[in-house]
Amino acid sequence: MPYLSIENLHASYGKTPVLAGIGFSVEKGEIVSLIGPSGSGKSTLLRVLVGLNKPTSGTVSLGGRAIDYTNRRALREARDRFAIVFQQYNLFQNMTALRNVAIAPVKVKGRNAAEVEKEAVTLLEKVGLGDKLNAYPDELSGGQQQRVAIARALALRPDILLLDEVTSALDPELVKEVLDSVSLLAREGMTMLIVSHEMAFVRQVSKKVVFMDEGRMVEIGPPGEILDRPKTGRAREFMAKILRH
Amino acid sequence: MLTAFFEEIPAFFTYYNGLFLLQAAMRTIGLSAIGCVVGFLLGFFWAIVRLLSGKATLPARLASILYVEFFRRVPFLVTLMIVFFACQVLKLGFSVFTVATISVCLIAASYTAEIVRAGFESVPLKQWEAAEVMNFTLAQKLRLIIIPQAWKVILPPAFSFFIAFIKDTALASQIGVIELTYVGKVLNNKGYSASLVFGTILILYFIISYPLARFGARMEKRLALSKH
Amino acid sequence: MNYTLHFGQVLQYVPYLVQGAWISFQIAFLAFLGGMVIGLMGATAKMFGGLWLRGLVNAYTAFFMNTPQLVQIYFFFFALPQAGILLGPYEAVLIGMTLNAGAYSAEIQRAGFLSVHKAELEAAETIGFSLLQTVWHVILPHICRVLFPPLSNHYIIMTLGTSMAAIFGVEELTGRAFNVNARTFRSIEIFTVTAGIYVLVTIVASFLLLLLGRWLFRVKGKIF
Repeated sequence: MPYLSIENLHASYGKTPVLAGIGFSVEKGEIVSLIGPSGSGKSTLLRVLVGLNKPTSGTVSLGGRAIDYTNRRALREARDRFAIVFQQYNLFQNMTALRNVAIAPVKVKGRNAAEVEKEAVTLLEKVGLGDKLNAYPDELSGGQQQRVAIARALALRPDILLLDEVTSALDPELVKEVLDSVSLLAREGMTMLIVSHEMAFVRQVSKKVVFMDEGRMVEIGPPGEILDRPKTGRAREFMAKILRH
Repeated sequence: MLTAFFEEIPAFFTYYNGLFLLQAAMRTIGLSAIGCVVGFLLGFFWAIVRLLSGKATLPARLASILYVEFFRRVPFLVTLMIVFFACQVLKLGFSVFTVATISVCLIAASYTAEIVRAGFESVPLKQWEAAEVMNFTLAQKLRLIIIPQAWKVILPPAFSFFIAFIKDTALASQIGVIELTYVGKVLNNKGYSASLVFGTILILYFIISYPLARFGARMEKRLALSKH
Repeated sequence: MNYTLHFGQVLQYVPYLVQGAWISFQIAFLAFLGGMVIGLMGATAKMFGGLWLRGLVNAYTAFFMNTPQLVQIYFFFFALPQAGILLGPYEAVLIGMTLNAGAYSAEIQRAGFLSVHKAELEAAETIGFSLLQTVWHVILPHICRVLFPPLSNHYIIMTLGTSMAAIFGVEELTGRAFNVNARTFRSIEIFTVTAGIYVLVTIVASFLLLLLGRWLFRVKGKIF
């Protein structure tokens, strides 16, 4: 049974449709990447999954059970199983890196503080920030902040990790360190849904690639197929533009 | 006229008058301080009500908006009268000082509700969303993330409001609160030279307000520069 | 509670009260204009004047912004006669409010003048504008756009401030409310209705000012 299953999902910002019938599935341990031009709805899709935008129709199912986004409790349960890393890191500015990572497991999930702190230290070391435990976000570079955000997401022990263009806001030199952290997670078998522009990375880690345009799914398949042999005109256009770099 | 003015000064600045003025000054400051502190708590409550979500809380949010819009658009004197007569009718037996304090509190609540709301909104939406997705409750969001950041944006305007209100308390003299302006009227009626009396009252208000205003400005500058 | 609210009795006085609101408007408007003129002079003096002039303006603004408007008016009403200047209540209120407004207006306008960026002035210079052209095409529009919201806000505050004229017997809105109260003793009803009129008047004023700002100076602002 697919871990995450999306069927015919629609969403709009006010009157403007942003998602027009998205449907695919993600198996446990699978990494699916979403690519496509700006405004194609990729980030919106992730936001809808975690309930930051309400879907107008369609279903999202986790482990076979559909999520009722209008029910407060169901939404909480669903959010419990996701963790999302945003493009702008969205760290809590009044907390150190360590507290940013540890706070949700302790305060929301009610876990033991000492235990969580140890785990947080481990996670931060894992993403290479063992020496920045007590640094505040404004003392860290973009790449470091993003890695803290990743550690923070991992501390929640999610079933599925959502990555929303996590390198797009970073200076080029800082991109690699973040991608390395994500690759590490991939090797460990984390189920992930990634929105990215980094094609080389997408090719390397993904099992499936979904090409989206204007809120629709245009193509879906293994990376080799979508990236090298796109079937549709839109996908070919996009690839040509991207791969010119 | 001027000679009479200067002749009066020793007669005016007696120990008794001085004490009278001092007590009145205490009441002026106290009126604003107590009213603004309690008003701040009430305003804080209204600001939080605005943050609630869901259909069930809609009337509460509407009440919050209406409350704020109402009390910001009514002159202090009129609010004072309404509270005064309401207390009379309800036979609450409050002192005029209490009536005035309640009026200050009601008005302060509406202004501070806006100040607090601006403070909450000064924390970037991204942090609100991150907390939302991690399943923090509203109370947790406010306590752990929002207020630790928002207070720096809230405190300076709240403090300036308190200082500014010290001047508005002058109107409380109209219902008989024995604050500075009331004393001015009394001393004027006693026959002291009006320019001496009101000149002194003006200077006393200035002595209270100006240093506090400067302090507030310095505090604002320091908070803007500081980190965590 | 053996007091029942009788709004019916009070409603017949609403036209009387509304006429009072018109007088409130006159006072606020005149005082605002006068304050603007004083403020302009004061702000200019603060920007370009010598040490003594600046000190004088600073003393003026500090004094009028740190003392209550009511006591200022009391001073003009009770103290000036000692120097031979007899002012009626309406005049005393008007002068007091104008001088008070002048101080706040000076500060607001000064902030507005300071907000003109050097970059704009340099750009105007490179285009080849004369001083007069720079003022007319660059500085004035910018300043008007920047000053409009705080000055509108100040005007609304002044409208509410006119209510203290009642203490001196001026028959503006609050003054008339006191009159009706003395006649009918329906205190809560009267002052509530008066409050309602103030709310209405300020909402309409804010709305009109917003439209004016958008139309004249392209000032952005929420209608609600």
